[in-house]
Amino acid sequence: MKQKYPKHKKRFVRALPLYLMMLPGFLYLVVNNYMPMAGLALAFKKVDYSAGILNSPWTGFSNFKYLFSTKDAFIFFRNTILYNLAFIFLGNLLGVFTAIALDSLKKKFFRRASQIVILIPYLLSTVIISYIVYAFLSGSTGFVNNTLLKALGGEPVSWYSQAGYWPVILVIVYLWMSFGYSSILYYSTLIGIDKTYYEAAVVDGASILQQIRFITLPFLKTTIITLVLMAVGRICYSDFGLFYQIPMNSGLLYSTTQTIDTYVYRALLEMNDIGRSTAAGFLQSILGFVCIFIANTVVSKIDRESALF
Amino acid sequence: MIQNSKIYRILMSLVMLFFVFACLLPFALLISGSLSSESSLKAFGYTLFPREFSLEAYQYIWTTKSAIFRSYGMSLMYTAVGTIANMCMTFMFAYPLSRESLPGRKVISFILFFTMLFNGGFVPTYLIYANIFHIVDTYWGMVVPYLLMNAFYVIMCRTYITSNVPNEVVEAARIDGAGEMAVLLRVVTPMSRPILATIALMSAIAYWNNWTNGVYFIRIRTELYGIQNFLNSVMNNVTVLSSHSSSLGTARQIPSTGIRMALAVIAVIPVLIAYPFFQKSFVAGITVGSVKG
Repeated sequence: MKQKYPKHKKRFVRALPLYLMMLPGFLYLVVNNYMPMAGLALAFKKVDYSAGILNSPWTGFSNFKYLFSTKDAFIFFRNTILYNLAFIFLGNLLGVFTAIALDSLKKKFFRRASQIVILIPYLLSTVIISYIVYAFLSGSTGFVNNTLLKALGGEPVSWYSQAGYWPVILVIVYLWMSFGYSSILYYSTLIGIDKTYYEAAVVDGASILQQIRFITLPFLKTTIITLVLMAVGRICYSDFGLFYQIPMNSGLLYSTTQTIDTYVYRALLEMNDIGRSTAAGFLQSILGFVCIFIANTVVSKIDRESALF
Repeated sequence: MIQNSKIYRILMSLVMLFFVFACLLPFALLISGSLSSESSLKAFGYTLFPREFSLEAYQYIWTTKSAIFRSYGMSLMYTAVGTIANMCMTFMFAYPLSRESLPGRKVISFILFFTMLFNGGFVPTYLIYANIFHIVDTYWGMVVPYLLMNAFYVIMCRTYITSNVPNEVVEAARIDGAGEMAVLLRVVTPMSRPILATIALMSAIAYWNNWTNGVYFIRIRTELYGIQNFLNSVMNNVTVLSSHSSSLGTARQIPSTGIRMALAVIAVIPVLIAYPFFQKSFVAGITVGSVKG
């Protein structure tokens, strides 16, 4: 027993170089992740820059009451959840469909080339995508107004000021930029399926739809459930770029483009409304944590390997 | 692969062709827009093929020595610095975690992992960086927040080292008298090249495409903007293009419609040219990084 303590100490001394290696990363976690977590307490303070963050007075729940005193909070919570539901449903549907299409290509060159091309949108920055959307939708020079609608005999539409069109536009843009990514994920599961399953099914007289229904989809099931649940875990979060940059930060569109993330940013840096901003951010962090936790618990029940913990 | 009839295969090939076309069509619009004369753009809008071929947009960008070149350089610098820093920090955090003998390994792993479950969100992050570390309007603001190290890649890297670098090799090197740093550099690094390449690639793409740090942390000193933020500011106001070239003044009309597309093309071309070469690592990064964390 006497020897145990020095031995233990020796282990730490020997590990010192290893700890030193980890120091930069550790400090970064403290600054970038743990200090902001503590900063969530600001939601219960009235932030006064002149007094400093730490010395600002506590105010209980007044920031939250203030946040819910207007209709804004309802709108951006609703938008965030509804967009995410649409993205999860349509995104995975399109991803599975594309993966099956990709898998049925016989020519190796065509398959490789398709894989390369459909990932290109995922590679682009949101700013570039906003330029592309602008080329389509610009009121005076856009492709849709000048070429498509003209050919169909329609009247030009002022897209960047009509909120009603944006749920459709944003869903299309989202699918465009992400379908390659999700289809590659599904495809990587598909190529693992043993060919003999299909051959046996054909011998038994299975049609193509039956092969998809009884072989392909059961094999994809775990991946689909995992990806869907992981996305549900992030249902309180939105892609800031998609909702801020693609609609060109247009105030006329807030009713259908405002999400928690854009609201928090605008409230803090554009409207200087720190109380509402911290309150909305606080709710997002807490709800986000709960959602991720639940989703992950369910995932680990289904497929231990895919779970985060 | 589904055992199929010819009709099914043709149908699916057509579907795939449509998807490929849908991914490429927008680029035709960008490129054609950048190569059209301003007057034809004003008359017909952006088209898939130039109505009236002209290089005036590119000429304007070239002759005004526009700020685009500066922002291009800044982006290259942020990407290089950020990627190297990210790679070093990730690797130096992952390697000790892969050593079973490390005291406190479980606690540190949890501290790392917890950041994937819970975060403080934008407001506290911004306030801490702005008011405690004062990085608003500095180079740091573009490189440090959010992107420098990511728990996800650390865990990926640790898993790779655990399963690909045998413990005996590390122990043998230690017994031969090599220090921990020497082991890391001479033994572990050469055996971890594929994972390092993947991390470097994902990090480089993240830095090159990053514009949110510019929006959040660069408020006045727009000369610190990278290419993405520069494009962003051009979209809001085309006149920033000429703000760094005083002599020409306003005498010359800015071909703004075409220039926007030309700038987007200039920003996206290097990525598209490099992409086929790193496509394999990119797919590896995506598939390793998502379903099987």
